[in-house]
Amino acid sequence: MLDDFLVRAALAGLGVGLAAAPLGCLVVWRRMAYFGDATAHAAILGVALSLAFDMSIFTGVLVVALSMALLVSTLSGRGYAMDTLLGVMAHSAIAFGLVAVSFVSGVRIDLMAYLFGDILAVGKSDLLVIWGGAALVLGLLCWRWQALLTATLNPDLARASGIDPERERLVLTLALALVVAVAIKVVGTLLIAAMLLIPAAAARPFARTPEAMALVAAVFGAVSALGGLQASLWFDTPTGPSVVCLAAVIFLGASLVDVLRRAAQGGGSQAK
Amino acid sequence: MTALIELRGARAKLGGREVLTGVDMRLERGEIVTIVGPNGSGKSTLMRVIIGAVPLQGGSLTKAPGLRIGYVPQKLQIDPTLPLSVRRFLSLPARVSDGAAAEALDHVGGAGLEGRQMADLSGGQFQRVLLARALLRRPDLLILDEATQGLDQPGSARFYRLIEQLRQELGCAVLMVSHELHVVMAASDRVLCLNGHVCCEGAPEHVASAPEYRALFGSGTQGALALYRHQHDHDHGAGCDHDHDHDPAHHHQEGHTDA
Repeated sequence: MLDDFLVRAALAGLGVGLAAAPLGCLVVWRRMAYFGDATAHAAILGVALSLAFDMSIFTGVLVVALSMALLVSTLSGRGYAMDTLLGVMAHSAIAFGLVAVSFVSGVRIDLMAYLFGDILAVGKSDLLVIWGGAALVLGLLCWRWQALLTATLNPDLARASGIDPERERLVLTLALALVVAVAIKVVGTLLIAAMLLIPAAAARPFARTPEAMALVAAVFGAVSALGGLQASLWFDTPTGPSVVCLAAVIFLGASLVDVLRRAAQGGGSQAK
Repeated sequence: MTALIELRGARAKLGGREVLTGVDMRLERGEIVTIVGPNGSGKSTLMRVIIGAVPLQGGSLTKAPGLRIGYVPQKLQIDPTLPLSVRRFLSLPARVSDGAAAEALDHVGGAGLEGRQMADLSGGQFQRVLLARALLRRPDLLILDEATQGLDQPGSARFYRLIEQLRQELGCAVLMVSHELHVVMAASDRVLCLNGHVCCEGAPEHVASAPEYRALFGSGTQGALALYRHQHDHDHGAGCDHDHDHDPAHHHQEGHTDA
């Protein structure tokens, strides 16, 4: 069964979708949308490094994404606004990455594959990495969920209950770096942030608890992955972007449903 | 009896400025202590030192072993993207049973709020839910940092009556910060006047008439205190004399049976 490249692609997309959804919810709640971008863009630098030092792409990307995330975590609260800092980091990381790639001589690499992913080229060992990473991320999130949620709500509230918000942020950062490293092959660096954010944002109107939102986001993520793959076969479109397009369509639909429902309740005037 | 919390010469910084310049204070079991002080006097920083969110630059903080703190923050902004029902909120960070949640809500006069979204609550309901969550930890010490912000005066007066009542029922100590001097001081056993350090402390009436306090707040606040006493008298007739400094539980029972 795994010999079929479509089955492998479907499984890869599913793995990334499932891991990205609950993580994406935390990213949305904490207003860290650009954090995902910065970490993801840094991945290009990781690709360059892994080629230069002959490491596996996964290792290189993980190392760079992780150091990027840690750097941003440390620098924040030193006088720069978070969004400025992340903007600087995200764009310079991708620029340095592209420049660094050009220095790596002798290897012709398909940059597009890393920017937009190549889900159809996912091999069996890639699948192992993706599902291993996804399981690790989901495990980490389950384990720290209550503490993460408390720290997300209010750092002082967490402190008073004996939870260290810094440590929880580190856990989240670690999970983000892992997902980026795992997902680079599937959707590429430009679209990872989309897989984090869009299903989570689409899930918001349908949830009354954080867990429900994560669950709905996971369903949306999975539907986007599988549906996008199918759509790319039908219309002969690039797969990674098709997945994200479908997620965006779901988001649009969800927003419409939300607007109509509010209007029906007579609360339609409340802007979202 | 050992103190719940003891600070000795505590110094702490906020954004490079030393806002606590040597605070000495003790908090005993079961007492209600209010911290008053002008803006920037370090009230919130002191609260945050006690919950462990701000490191001390000098001096010492001793907590009773196994001290459980229930914390009600100054404000809690819930991001609109975060769906959170009251019931779910009460289960943070430790999951509690439905029964315990209902009991805690009932305790603070918020029975039946479980299914509501936190974002849909009124200011008063929100504060009650925050308080209920703090109570679920079975705290030895309840810390309230400007917990009545956004409530109108009758609303905050009701809130402080609730605090007094809870202290009686649960026996926890209460440490609070407030701007609403007159309301808060009347509900306290002891008042600490803070301005980087503790400049005076004692029974509310004592502090209100202390020269250090007058220097910080002006004598105008005396009027507010008088005003409060007037309302107080009005509430329950003439037969009650008010020595705010002693046995507030007793005084409370006589005083505020209406809510």
